[in-house]
Amino acid sequence: MRTVALALAAALLAACSPAEATRTVTVFAAASLTETFEQLAKKFEAQHDGVDVRLSFGGSSRLAEQIVEGAPAEVFAAADEKAMAKVTAARLADGKPRVFARNRLTIAVPPGNPMGLKGLADLRKDDLTVVMCAAEVPCGRAARALTTAAQVQLEPASEEPDVKSVLGKVATGEADAGLVYVTDVRAADDKVDGVPIAGADAAANSYPIVMLREAAENKLARQFVQFVLSDEGQRVLRDAGFDAP
Amino acid sequence: MTRDSTLRSGLRSPRLLWVPAVVGLALIVLPVAGLLLRVDFARLPALLTSPASLDALELSLVTAAISTLLCVLLGVPLAVVLARVRRGARVLRAIVVLPLVMPPVVGGLALLYLLGRNGFAGYLLDVVAGVRVPFTTAAVVLAQTFVAMPFLVISLDGAIRAGGDQYERVAATLGASPWVVFTRVTLPLLLPALGSGVVLSFARALGEFGATITFAGSLQAVTRTLPLEVYARAEADVDSAVALSLLLIVVAIVVIMASGRRMTDGVRP
Repeated sequence: MRTVALALAAALLAACSPAEATRTVTVFAAASLTETFEQLAKKFEAQHDGVDVRLSFGGSSRLAEQIVEGAPAEVFAAADEKAMAKVTAARLADGKPRVFARNRLTIAVPPGNPMGLKGLADLRKDDLTVVMCAAEVPCGRAARALTTAAQVQLEPASEEPDVKSVLGKVATGEADAGLVYVTDVRAADDKVDGVPIAGADAAANSYPIVMLREAAENKLARQFVQFVLSDEGQRVLRDAGFDAP
Repeated sequence: MTRDSTLRSGLRSPRLLWVPAVVGLALIVLPVAGLLLRVDFARLPALLTSPASLDALELSLVTAAISTLLCVLLGVPLAVVLARVRRGARVLRAIVVLPLVMPPVVGGLALLYLLGRNGFAGYLLDVVAGVRVPFTTAAVVLAQTFVAMPFLVISLDGAIRAGGDQYERVAATLGASPWVVFTRVTLPLLLPALGSGVVLSFARALGEFGATITFAGSLQAVTRTLPLEVYARAEADVDSAVALSLLLIVVAIVVIMASGRRMTDGVRP
């Protein structure tokens, strides 16, 4: 799948003349940033005439892997510092990553919380279908840090490849509960409710953003990073439920 | 070129076809070669024998074997009925090959909305029998059977129609009941086609990804088969994802060889 995507991306890039190429900026962002970055991209496009922000969302670790393998990303926004480290270790970052937001986990439940769940410990109830992120992705790492700290051993029915898949399993009613970010619950409107987790702040993850060396010639990449860090960008993130860095 | 040498060397394909033909072949060979170059052979044994790898391998082999068995039990009767049906055969055939042309992830969603908690069959099962299918190994088997069965049915259907029915007619005129004709005449004649159908369905079941991750989720030793394990590992530990991919390729080659000369000789099933 990745090969096809790369081939398509390469074909697209080849199709653009150099002048046109600088009118686009390609941003790889964590799945949990989907709604916020779509909104930020729209605002950015409105401020820069004729500019197209191309967004690719996915599990941060997978995106980092794609970047290391040569995906034509110009900006990378990860859901934790470990995923970002993979890109900086490969010397693909242009400058130091900057943390632009923080996010906490919460328990996503069907609207109205029919099971009456009150916290992490309730997820151990028999007959409850719980899903969470796989240990390889940031939301999975955060979830494990949280359950370890709370000394609650969970037995998930599935370990999903990214946080939006977890949310989907709860929103479709296949799972009774899922560990997602507070921002995911807010973005899902009335499809799910959130049950706060005590101590979630302690296990919150930091979202770093960086411009990649791929974008050395592209002013738009730097401007997009600055826009995310600007007061206006931060306001969008805060409205979506992200915490200040 | 003389007529004589043409006869000796057989018909030659036009030179013009060679360029796209080589490109086509390279499109298959080069990616596999690229993967082989990435394999960390020193760590290969350790990567392949990690508990997660062994769990995935065992789960894959067991579920693919059960799915193939289900494909045979359901697919053989389906193919026989399909080949002999007088009316609506075209419509039936179109339905049977649907999983073949439909994206597997759509198949997974379809299964979910039938057997998931909010699907009508899933709801009934849950309320009446207390059975929940999604996130179980049974869901993996269902997803694999769903995508693999068309391969078996198509192989057999073609063979039955190509073979004609003269032997069956003779047996019937000699007084054999339809069941005796089926077990003593039809089935033995179909064994070669059944063989290649079984191999194809097994291979398809083993490689199943989209329907499985959508319908069954991904959990070690329960629903995370080899392809799902490769996908999960590609997040963080590329070396072991590559090692497992190599394993899947080896299994695929074994499957092609096990199918004997039927597949490699280009014999129509």
